[in-house]
Amino acid sequence: MDLSTEICGIELTGPVLNGSGTFDVLAARRVFGDALVEEFPFDCYVSKTITMNPRPGNPPYRLWETPSGMINSIGLPGPGLEGFLERDLAGLAELGVPLIVSVMADCAEDFEVLVRRVAARDEVAGIELNVSCPNVHSGLIVGEQPSETEALMKALRPITGKPLIVKLTPNVANPEEVALGAEAGGADAVSMINTVKAAAIDPGDNRTWLGVGAGGLSGPAVRPIALAQVRVVAAAVEIPVVGMGGISDAESALEFILAGARVVAVGTENFRDPRAGSAVTSGLPAALARRGFGSLAEAQSARLD
Amino acid sequence: MRAEARPQAPFGRRPCEVADSRASGGYHIFTLIDSEGPAPAPGQFYMLAAAPEWGGEGGRPYLPRAISYARVAENLTGGLRLDFLIDEVGPGTSRLARMEPGDSCHLTGPFGSRFSLPRELNPEAAGAILVGGGIGIAPMAVLRRELVDRGIPSRSLLGFRDQAHSGGVDELFGCDSTRLAFEDGSSGHKGYVTDLLLQLLEGDDASSAAVYSCGPPAMLEAVRQICLQREIPVELALESPMACGYGACFGCAVPKADGGYLRLCIDGPVVRGEEIATAMAGEPSVG
Ligand SMILES: Cc1cc2nc3c(=O)[nH]c(=O)nc-3n(C[C@H](O)[C@H](O)[C@H](O)COP(=O)(O)OP(=O)(O)OC[C@H]3O[C@@H](n4cnc5c(N)ncnc54)[C@H](O)[C@@H]3O)c2cc1C
Ligand SMILES: Cc1cc2nc3c(=O)[nH]c(=O)nc-3n(C[C@H](O)[C@H](O)[C@H](O)COP(=O)(O)O)c2cc1C
Ligand code: FES
Repeated sequence: MDLSTEICGIELTGPVLNGSGTFDVLAARRVFGDALVEEFPFDCYVSKTITMNPRPGNPPYRLWETPSGMINSIGLPGPGLEGFLERDLAGLAELGVPLIVSVMADCAEDFEVLVRRVAARDEVAGIELNVSCPNVHSGLIVGEQPSETEALMKALRPITGKPLIVKLTPNVANPEEVALGAEAGGADAVSMINTVKAAAIDPGDNRTWLGVGAGGLSGPAVRPIALAQVRVVAAAVEIPVVGMGGISDAESALEFILAGARVVAVGTENFRDPRAGSAVTSGLPAALARRGFGSLAEAQSARLD
Repeated sequence: MRAEARPQAPFGRRPCEVADSRASGGYHIFTLIDSEGPAPAPGQFYMLAAAPEWGGEGGRPYLPRAISYARVAENLTGGLRLDFLIDEVGPGTSRLARMEPGDSCHLTGPFGSRFSLPRELNPEAAGAILVGGGIGIAPMAVLRRELVDRGIPSRSLLGFRDQAHSGGVDELFGCDSTRLAFEDGSSGHKGYVTDLLLQLLEGDDASSAAVYSCGPPAMLEAVRQICLQREIPVELALESPMACGYGACFGCAVPKADGGYLRLCIDGPVVRGEEIATAMAGEPSVG
């Protein structure tokens, strides 16, 4: 079955991306060798979120397992923009699939620099904007405010003709309003969901388990939340949706497509199986056929009642 | 003599048959047949998940569990026999201990760094001192075997809380040159294994020592301090919560001595004592 598709003009051999921050290909290549590239599990690679300056990340503990999921408070460790461009980008360009770079900043000025510098590189097919972070000027989390999201998009849109994808947070009452703000500001797509705000209490001591007190929930535990949000957002906006949140196999990936996502991303499942992306892809023809679809495109254009 | 580079893990998880499973001194030992993977190196670990029913009642375990191998041997009909020593502390380790011969277990790896040879740590080294605590005796058993095979002398000091937490000693260690400490005094030295280490270092020429250790965080930190104070090279096999084991999640952070964090699954689990800020990261006393 032909699974090729596209997302805002980026041609893809299939509909399976990775969730930002859930698959460090540079580390995986050292561990698994060239087999990782030869049998690359995704049709498009999304980098972890890049920030202006290098960041060490959060103090431990950073992980907590929940029923059918996990909470993380990783804290965006990374080499910063310069380190990323000089050292990491070349390795990400060798994967043989389109590259989307995720960026985050705490003010529009820094976002502009990140988008300009990253978009200028030929290796980069598109940019994902991680807006789950407070704006230092307003103190508001950009991705929780439709107006802030629209204003940021309006500032960034003139910088590049490459696709700009806004990664939506689920920690809002009305995600479709934020998505409409992104669309009004000129976004080419939205991706969703990021992790759901969550905390855990140390089983042995009277304190929070995670080093910074709270984190974000992911994995199958969040899938129903993600499906509900993808559905309302896909119904509200014209731009395509990248759906994710607890996808663990082809069936659950197809659920997102039926909810209105154009393509999907696999996140936490990669931790259980480094080839989870390939497992989703190889199961899709049977999953599509079981639901009576002759092609991926049919499922992408199907509407749920 | 240098230790070989770490072996490369096959890409993806693979089902392995459970060949054996039995209780041992309060712990549990099981054997997996790995027909695909390369021979692991001392200090390395695997990510394991019982297949197909991993998620138990209540939805945990969900993530695979990091487990060091305790012994490796050629399997007569091909592949490797990997032994794992398990302390049942929660739903993941309990599920692994409940696997029966003929069951299948998902395995990825081998992952992580390996122990150096004593001469790589200390050119003057006359041999190795291995300090294991509780379930941490598993990697020590592997290292001891390797040293025996290479004709390098070693002494093992093993510490346990009580008899109910002392599995695998007879099976994994020959009794020669092994000294035991039990906190409850039920046999061997009454007290901590670090008491034995201090005795040994006092009697010995510390300048010809190379120390290796694996065990609970407080023990590792004590061993680390003892060695750093005496400028004795020490390698520690640490633990931390892990989701993936191959560098994907950044969840296994351990603070480095010079600031920032290392990813224990790829930069460790074997680290030099002076590389890290503490062996007790995330523990309540460190905040
Ligand atoms: C490199 C490495 C090698 C290891 N080798 C071995 C080995 O050879 N043998 C062996 O028995 N063990 C080994 N371990 C430890 C083993 O991985 C853990 O004991 C295991 O993951 C615990 O899982 P569990 O479900 O049984 O227990 P959990 O319920 O996960 O509890 C274990 C501890 O984790 C914390 N915890 C409790 N609940 C949660 C939760 N929901 N999420 C996160 N943490 C929680 C608590 O501190 C608890 O004491 C190794 C660990 C590492 C990193
Ligand atoms: C360990 C971890 C790290 C993540 N890092 C990032 C990140 O850097 N940037 C980002 O936009 N999303 C990040 N995410 C969110 C994922 O991309 C994804 O949106 C979310 O986990 C839901 O999908 P899943 O349930 O399939 O994991 C991270 C998630 C996890 C579990
Ligand atoms: S356990 Fe995932 S990066 Fe180390």
